[in-house]
Amino acid sequence: MSITVLITIISLSLLAMLAAVILYFVAQKFKVIEDPRIDEVQAVLPGANCGACGFAGCRNFAEALVKAETFEGLNCPVGGSSVMEETARMLGKEALAVEPLIAVLLCNGTPEFRPHTSRYDGVPDCRIAHSLYTGETDCSYGCLGYGDCVRACSFDAMFMNNETALPVIIDDKCVACGACVKACPKNIIELRKKAKKDRKIYVACSNCDKGGPARRACKVACIACSKCFKVCEFNAITIVDNLAYIDASKCTFCRKCVAECPTGSILELNFPPRKFKVEEQAEVKTV
Amino acid sequence: MKTFPIGGVHPPENKLTAGSEIRYLPVPHSVAIPVNQHIGTPASIVVKKDDRVKTGQVIAENKGFVSSNIHSSVSGKVNKIGTVPDTTGYKQTAVFIDVEGDEWIVTIDRSDEILTEINLSPEEIVKKCLESGIVGLGGATFPSHVKLTVPSGKRCDLLIINGVECEPYLTSDHRLMLERGEEILIGVTILMKALRVNKAMIGIESNKPDAIDHLTNLAKAFQGITVYPLKVKYPQGAEKQLIKALAKREVPSGRLPIDVNTVVHNVGTAFAVYEAIQKNKPLFERVVTITGKSVSNPGNYFVRIGTPVKNLIEAAGGFPDDTGKIVSGGPMMGKALNSTEVPIVKGTSGIILFPSNESKRMDSMPCIRCAKCVQACALNLEPYLLMTLSEMGLFERAEKERITDCMECGSCSFICPAGRPLLDYIRLGKATVIKMARERVLK
Repeated sequence: MSITVLITIISLSLLAMLAAVILYFVAQKFKVIEDPRIDEVQAVLPGANCGACGFAGCRNFAEALVKAETFEGLNCPVGGSSVMEETARMLGKEALAVEPLIAVLLCNGTPEFRPHTSRYDGVPDCRIAHSLYTGETDCSYGCLGYGDCVRACSFDAMFMNNETALPVIIDDKCVACGACVKACPKNIIELRKKAKKDRKIYVACSNCDKGGPARRACKVACIACSKCFKVCEFNAITIVDNLAYIDASKCTFCRKCVAECPTGSILELNFPPRKFKVEEQAEVKTV
Repeated sequence: MKTFPIGGVHPPENKLTAGSEIRYLPVPHSVAIPVNQHIGTPASIVVKKDDRVKTGQVIAENKGFVSSNIHSSVSGKVNKIGTVPDTTGYKQTAVFIDVEGDEWIVTIDRSDEILTEINLSPEEIVKKCLESGIVGLGGATFPSHVKLTVPSGKRCDLLIINGVECEPYLTSDHRLMLERGEEILIGVTILMKALRVNKAMIGIESNKPDAIDHLTNLAKAFQGITVYPLKVKYPQGAEKQLIKALAKREVPSGRLPIDVNTVVHNVGTAFAVYEAIQKNKPLFERVVTITGKSVSNPGNYFVRIGTPVKNLIEAAGGFPDDTGKIVSGGPMMGKALNSTEVPIVKGTSGIILFPSNESKRMDSMPCIRCAKCVQACALNLEPYLLMTLSEMGLFERAEKERITDCMECGSCSFICPAGRPLLDYIRLGKATVIKMARERVLK
């Protein structure tokens, strides 16, 4: 009996030793040397795996950061400059100043301004509706309102406003990952430079039709009358394809264009109420 | 009786206008003729504002091989080069012409005489088809001269003529076969000469016995043309299904009929070819069915290209009160219109006004894996799977499941007892996969 036990123990020990020797050589042969800094950098990153940096996930981005000579072209919009500075400090590199961005919807066509002319009873999905026809209104550029962008957002920064049938972007939550921009088949979401106190002035319209048809389809459409272009002292406004565009990096938030716009397609958001004098001027002009 | 072996459905036929003779729709006051009425490069406009044009005059010339000429369908003055909505509602460049009289270009033979003698050589026929703007009138509007040019290294020994008209409601091809049978057969002979084949098969579904009898009798006088009745089954009018049904040849996935030595043309195209070659008449009008269950005066009309849909609806007695949807094309593959300003183009085979109680979609319910869609698919695909893959965004997998083979016939959506929007998602997935493949090639 005792001999059986002994043989068992000896044979198992021999097997274990043999396996250990094989494993040692295999481990040597297939050794993967990984930079320990990748783990450290990954710990600093937000871990949302949203893909906003252009990489598949935070791990890939961490690898790219560690490998990179400079941080040019590498940015985590979710973490913003604080995260980028932190990673730069860890890796002994220099963080590049990146302007924070925010998503804005370039359409203000609520049912009140943009009446419905047909009814869509297909799948409530913007991509499918877009592939079939122009949409329920006469504007073929504006928001379809089936919420592909809301579904694409992984930060709960968007919701559909049922009254306006347009998506709303929550400034505090938006990290400018760009998922909604990619999801929108009409390409009407833009990432704009974030300003102080989240102030925004932009043309909330994407209609490239000429003034007449654009106005007929939607009361708040940009009709490319070029009044804003003329009033802007900072050359921030350009008009391409019957559509005005305000360059956020040149705009000084003087709000003259907003007062000048005859259709009200230029929106000003998060501003304090206008002073009386300005208000009066604006009224005289629009009458 | 012959038919294709896999899949297929039987939608209610509703051929309400099968007995109504083709009439001529009065020439409208103005037309808007889009320059992109065919698959391929849009034609480039050769007229300008205030030019006077005659009926049949070229107003836009083909650009490149896969393209086609566009002719004025009326005589009058060019009002403007503007945009007009197409069936999707998106704006397309079009030539607007204000009609003054109806003066045809002198070269067109307007007599009723039927000319049987074919004097042109095959090369001349192909050239004339290009000049006359002939495109496939079955609905796909592929330029016919491209199909008539057999690529080097390929061989063609069989011409198939599609007189199936498997879409419910539509009767334009049916009426054309009955009323212009001889012209169609001469057109077929011309196509045979151009392709240098001596055998042509005409496939007609057995729900059109009068057309089958008529063409069979006429075909006795023509060499090499045989008429075959086919068992009624949708989508028999699809090119690959028709080849399989008639010639028992299987076009492999991703290949063309010419790869199995076959070329398919529609009966409408054969008639247009006859008119172009024998009568010098370019393609500027076509037969369109206007129909619907509550339409007071449905019928088949020769309509000039560029006529707004609303003119045709007026001719049929105007909008019924209960109209829920206007569909351009057949009920299975047609498109719902959101404007009646949309012009009739070369590919418009019919306009259907559906009453509102018939135009509603079913509420979509969960898939119960009954596999009716798999049975219905004529291309051996698994629609329920393709839909899910597309919905989930798994496009690489969808590509492996051959989503690009789908011809969008809509049999799966039609048969689904749960009312699932199968085709909507498959179409989305197909478009995405094609885009992905194109980007891969560019890389």
